[in-house]
Amino acid sequence: MTSTDRILADFIRAAPLLPGAGVAWLTRARQAGLERFAQTGFPTPRDEEWKYTSVASIEKRSFTPLPNGAHAAPPELNALAFPHFPGHCVVFVNGRYSPALSAVGLLPPGVALESVADTLERAPDALEPLFAADNRETVFGALNTAFMADGLYLYLPRATTIEEPIHLYFVVTNKNAAIHPRNVIVAEEGARATVVEHYAGTHGVAYLTNAVTRIFAGEQAAVDHYKLQQEALQAFHVAGIHATQDRGSRLWSHSISLGAEIARNDISTTFDAEGCEATLNGLYLARGRQHVDHHTRIDHAKPGGTSREYYRGLLDGASRGVFNGKVIVHPQAQRTDARQLNHNLLLSKDAEVDTKPQLEIYADDVKCTHGATVGQLDDAQLLYLRSRGVDEAVARSLLVYAFARDVIERIRVGALRSRLEEMLLARLPQGERVRALA
Amino acid sequence: MLEVRNLQVSVEGKAILRGIDLAVNAGEVHAIMGPNGSGKSTLAQVLAGRESFTVTGGGVRYLSRDLLAMAPEERAREGVFLAFQYPVEVPGVSNVYLLKAAINSLRKHRGLPELDAIEFLGLVREKMTLMDMADEMIYRSVNEGFSGGEKKRNEILQMAVLEPKLAILDETDSGLDIDALKVVARGINALRSAERAIILVTHYQRILNYVAPDFVHVLSQGRIVRSGPRELALELEQRGYGWLEEAAPTSPLGASAK
Repeated sequence: MTSTDRILADFIRAAPLLPGAGVAWLTRARQAGLERFAQTGFPTPRDEEWKYTSVASIEKRSFTPLPNGAHAAPPELNALAFPHFPGHCVVFVNGRYSPALSAVGLLPPGVALESVADTLERAPDALEPLFAADNRETVFGALNTAFMADGLYLYLPRATTIEEPIHLYFVVTNKNAAIHPRNVIVAEEGARATVVEHYAGTHGVAYLTNAVTRIFAGEQAAVDHYKLQQEALQAFHVAGIHATQDRGSRLWSHSISLGAEIARNDISTTFDAEGCEATLNGLYLARGRQHVDHHTRIDHAKPGGTSREYYRGLLDGASRGVFNGKVIVHPQAQRTDARQLNHNLLLSKDAEVDTKPQLEIYADDVKCTHGATVGQLDDAQLLYLRSRGVDEAVARSLLVYAFARDVIERIRVGALRSRLEEMLLARLPQGERVRALA
Repeated sequence: MLEVRNLQVSVEGKAILRGIDLAVNAGEVHAIMGPNGSGKSTLAQVLAGRESFTVTGGGVRYLSRDLLAMAPEERAREGVFLAFQYPVEVPGVSNVYLLKAAINSLRKHRGLPELDAIEFLGLVREKMTLMDMADEMIYRSVNEGFSGGEKKRNEILQMAVLEPKLAILDETDSGLDIDALKVVARGINALRSAERAIILVTHYQRILNYVAPDFVHVLSQGRIVRSGPRELALELEQRGYGWLEEAAPTSPLGASAK
C-alpha cells in the first residue's frame, strides 16, 4: 500500500466522523484538499521547496487521524505541566477542544472565540470564505483541509481590542496520532489581538502535528501571532501560517521552534493593500538529530509596505537548520521597505544550516536588504570575557544566551518572554551561572 | 612580580618576539614603546593569554608561577588585567553582566563572598564617576556601538573595578583626544600603588606626561633594544625610533620603522 493509498483509506474512514461532515462546502473543500494531495503525494527532496527537508520519515510512519480526538488521562496532561499564562486559554487535547481545561474570560461584544468544530456545528457558513484554497499552502496544507478536526476560530469585530493574550495549547498524548489543527483569525478594521499557539506532547511519544493558521487582518488591524513549538522530541511538526493584510494593517509573527524530530514551518503574509507592515521573527534551537526548517514568504503586492524579518538559529549536536526567506516585491509595490536577517550559530562541528534569502524585486522604488550569517562562537569575544576572569564554560553559555536572547527580547508577551528565557537558561550548560548575573 | 625571560613568540609561523627580557616589580610603572610592528601588542596579548600565538622559547613567571601555563581566566583571577588595544564588542552581554561575572569570579577565587546587588552597583557607580561615564553605559552591550574613546574608558573602568595586581595597557592612549586621555590617565593613576605594577604599551610619549613611568623600554623587531628612565621617552619623542633600530646590534635588516 503506498502512502497515498493509505491516506485515501484514512480519509474514507475518517471523513464521516469529522466535524462539519454534513456541510456541503466543507465536504467539497476536504475532497479538493485530498485530490491535491493525491496528485503529488508527499514532497520529496526533488521539490525545490523541500530540497533540504526530507519528510520520508513522516511518510513511512503511518500516523493515523483521530477524527474525534482521544481521551487523555489526567496524569499525562499533568506531566506536560501547563504554563499558567495570564489571559484566555483554549486547550485542545489530541486535536479536539477541551472545554474542561480551557478558561476564557470576559470578551468584548461581538467577539467569537470558539472551537472551529463548534462553529461548524452552529454556523458553518461563516467559515466558508475563510477556508478557500490558498496557493501559498503546501501539500501538507491540503492534507490539513482534508482532515482538519478542530482549532481556534477567532473573530474580532471592527475596532475591538482583546488586551490579554489568547493562549492556545495543543497537546498530544496519543502515540501515532496525526493531528490536523486549523486556526482562523479574523481581525476586522482597527481590531487588535495577540494569539499564542503552543504545541506540546507527551515525552517519548511519536505523532504528527500538521497545523494551519490563517490570519485575515483588516484595515488598520494589528495581529500579534506567536507560535511556540515544543513538541515531543520524537514527534513531527508541520505548520503553515498564512496571513492576508488589508490597508495599514500590522502583523507581528514570531516562530519559536524547540521540539520535534522534524519541524517545518511555512509562514507567509501578503500585503493586499497599501501601507501594510509585517515583522517576522523567529528563533530555532536544535540539538541531537533535530531538523528545523522555516520557509517564509512576504508578498509586497501593494505600495508602501514595510517588512522586517529577523530569524536566529542555534544548532548543536548533529542538528540541521534550514532558513529560506522569500520576499517578493510585485511590480506595483513601489516604496517598499524590506529588511531580512538570518543569523545562525553552530555549536558543534556536526551541526549544519542551509540559509537562503530570496529577494525577487519587480518594482524600482524600493529599499530591500538582506543578510545571512553562519558562524561559531567568536574567539575574540570568548578571550575577552575570559581575560576578565570569566570561566570559559560560563563565557560560552553567556554568549549563546546573548545570541538567542536577541530574538526573545522582541517578544511582547511578558509571561512568554520570561518562560522562554527560563527554558533557554535551562538548556545552557552554565545556565545557573548566567541566571545569577541577571 | 613579573619576569619575562628570553620570550620568543611566533604568529602563523612568523617570529614576532625574538627574545624579550623584562622584570617588573610591584609598585613600578613600565612603559613599553616602539614603532608599529615591533611586537608591543603581541607581548601584551601573550601575557593576557591569547592562544593563537605560539610561544617558541623562553618563559614568563608571574608571582612565582608559570604564567604561560595558566588559562586566561586564571591569569585574570590571579590579578593580571589587559586593557585591549581593540576592545571587543559583545552584543547582547551588557557591561553590568560582564562586570558582575568578572568581579564575582575574582572574589570567589580569593575566598571572598560575592557582592550583593547594592554593594556591586555602589562600587561600579563610584568607578564610573572616576571615569566620567554616564550611568546608562553599564546597561549597554559591552563596547557595542561605543566610540573609540568610550571603549578605552570602558577598559579602564573594568580595570578600576577589578583592581588587578598587574595591569597591562595596550595602546590605551591611541585615538584619544586630550580630555579623554586625561580621564584615562586619572583612572590609571588612581590604581597606582606600592602593591601594583603597571605596564603601559604605547606608541607615543604623550600619555607619559600624565602617567609618569619609572622605566621606559624600547621594542624593535621583537627585542628590547634600549631601556632607561623616563627621559628616554622624551628623547624618543625628539629623535623618533630610527636611531635605535639602526643601533640595534642584532637587527638583521637595519632600520625599518614604518
